[in-house]
Amino acid sequence: MHSIVCIKQVPGTNKVNMDPDSGTLIRSGAEAKLNPYDLYAIETALRLKEQYGGTVRVISMGPPQAEAIIREAYSMGADDGILLSDSSFAGSDVLATSYTLSRGIERMAPYDLILCGKQTTDGDTAQVGPEIAEFLGIPSVSAVRMIQQADRNTITIEMDLQSEIQILKAELPCLLAVDKDIFQPRLPSYRRKQETKDRPVQIWSLSDLADQDTDHYGLNGSPTQVMRIFPPESGRRQEIWRDRGEVLADALFAKLQDLKLLPAVGRHG
Amino acid sequence: MNYKVLEAEDIAALQQIVKDRERLLTGDAISEDYSHDELVGEQCFPDVVVKAISAQEIAEIMRYAWENHIPVTPRGAGTGLVGAAIPVESGILLDLSLMNQILELDEDNLSLTVEPGVLLMDVTAFVEERGLFYPPDPGEKTATIGGNISTNAGGMRAVKYGVTRDYVQGLEVVLPNGERIELGGKIVKNSSGYDLKDLIIGSEGTLGIVTKAILKLLPLPAKTISLLIPFPSLEQAIGTVPRIIREKSTPTAIEFLDRDVILDAEEYLGKKFPDNSSSAYLLLRFDGPSTADIEREYDEVARICLEEGALDVLISDTAERDESIWNARGSFLQAIKSANASLVEIDAVVPRSRVNDLVSYMHAVQEETDTRIKCFGHAGDGNLHIYVLKETQDEPDWDRKAEAAMAKIYQYAKELDGQVSGEHGIGYDKRAYLNESLSAVVLDLMRGVKKAFDPRNILNPSKIL
Repeated sequence: MHSIVCIKQVPGTNKVNMDPDSGTLIRSGAEAKLNPYDLYAIETALRLKEQYGGTVRVISMGPPQAEAIIREAYSMGADDGILLSDSSFAGSDVLATSYTLSRGIERMAPYDLILCGKQTTDGDTAQVGPEIAEFLGIPSVSAVRMIQQADRNTITIEMDLQSEIQILKAELPCLLAVDKDIFQPRLPSYRRKQETKDRPVQIWSLSDLADQDTDHYGLNGSPTQVMRIFPPESGRRQEIWRDRGEVLADALFAKLQDLKLLPAVGRHG
Repeated sequence: MNYKVLEAEDIAALQQIVKDRERLLTGDAISEDYSHDELVGEQCFPDVVVKAISAQEIAEIMRYAWENHIPVTPRGAGTGLVGAAIPVESGILLDLSLMNQILELDEDNLSLTVEPGVLLMDVTAFVEERGLFYPPDPGEKTATIGGNISTNAGGMRAVKYGVTRDYVQGLEVVLPNGERIELGGKIVKNSSGYDLKDLIIGSEGTLGIVTKAILKLLPLPAKTISLLIPFPSLEQAIGTVPRIIREKSTPTAIEFLDRDVILDAEEYLGKKFPDNSSSAYLLLRFDGPSTADIEREYDEVARICLEEGALDVLISDTAERDESIWNARGSFLQAIKSANASLVEIDAVVPRSRVNDLVSYMHAVQEETDTRIKCFGHAGDGNLHIYVLKETQDEPDWDRKAEAAMAKIYQYAKELDGQVSGEHGIGYDKRAYLNESLSAVVLDLMRGVKKAFDPRNILNPSKIL
């Protein structure tokens, strides 16, 4: 199984600060890390390689310092990595990002499988995966919670639709966006880090891609215009109840059911 | 010891002090929770529970108890493991959990003044939000600070930062006779007579009741990185620790993990550990100003571990990765508890260079006493948590066998120049072992100390000694 995993560098902390005037993310000063959801995609690719053989390659788009996450993927076990980095890619929205990545992937062909995380922790759109598949003209499945099996031409997966599980067989090549917890991601290995210290990370710019029309990339290729970014109103609400313990327990149980935090079955069911 | 049995007039007098009806409980209103702690099987109910809200109130209650010879047992969150908060002589149980206010953050002196009922997790969250750091890190985050002070709780940063005692600068204490005293203060140094503050810390509520504490804070390290290091055997893992320490490297924690316990934790949490292919692991944590600084620091340690036979060195450098490791590590006790019908715990501490001797000895003990034992612990500070397990409810003769295993382990720990308890305390449950372990002269001095504070022996009687 020859897999390509799409990965992204995101801010190192989960507390994203917003510049209230410009409406953009404040990234300066914060350490960066590999998007935690992508770790599940890398792990899935590594497991498939362990089971079926093949290779694991990663691809990312970002500034030159995003090389760090390619190296991190190496220390988890990835064989090779590409970083798409060019000033003309800057300011990409979801569509331009997906297009750019799809052009990179096109150049990496042949492949059997493209793996993405569920979403990123900074943009949180969960759209890049399916859009890449669209540009490549291959099938895509999101919310993948389990890989049942794969053979030369197909892969059978379980898709979590919350109220039901759909078991699908997809033709290869295809793209899968995997859920959190599909596998527990392995930790980067010091040993592999030493071994891959000198392994190159290929940096591709616009001139390395087949389509070199700058109108398709970066700000020019992005139909989305961000008017304003603001933190959502806090959903934190407090209710204070006073009563006997038994009454409160029933009320709490009912409330948790209302909030769908508990299944809506009878108390004794 | 003959104490006064509480009568209606005593309850009425206490109600006079407490005023609020909801904060004084008797009879059926006393929840079963008050009769035990997290581990000790002993069940004793108090005659009355008072949920105190101020030092003044506690002082008045103590004065009444003192004059009427009524035993008083202080209690925080009840997360202790040795029965120190169980009212074995009945009387008054003083629940301090409502005294849970953070009173003052003094950034000029880097100190935090708290009431005793504040939970450790709340202290941590409060200071870390402000870029500050309270280093003691016991596994039980829902314990109260008062409880941590009572046992001189240690935890998982002791290797580099020390224990609770190192971070308590001052205490307000109500004595058994109801007098209020202040010990220490917002001061960094103190050579003013006997250090009674340090005597109160670790006294398990037998000398006085802590009603306020001034904690010492440090600046929060910007970055932490953990290393999870698989070894082919536990002996090899623990055997590497002295070399790490000799290298003058200063991880905040050096823990050892056994595969069996990791599997228990996976089962208990319903979550996979990032690696469970090896039979043993060392878990190290480093902190520092930046990733680059920490990488420089751990590089030598990683090299040593590989030289000593480690299979690899796995790096955890993000909150998500840390969570997948440290949540499991923090759940070990609960995980072992839930996988077994019953268990007894040994919290012995030995010199760091002797940890391997004690761990290897477990094989012999299990064979000699026909018991099942699991252990984990702090390889970096010599403190082990050893559990003699009752796997099924109907295991015949288990009490006697467990007793025999415990006696052997404590005896061996003593031979290794160790002590009975590293961080959980003596309480009610481990008194016999303390008695065996310390010399008659030392025990006499301890009794003298108790007598000086509490000549009527009303405060948490039948504990420690």
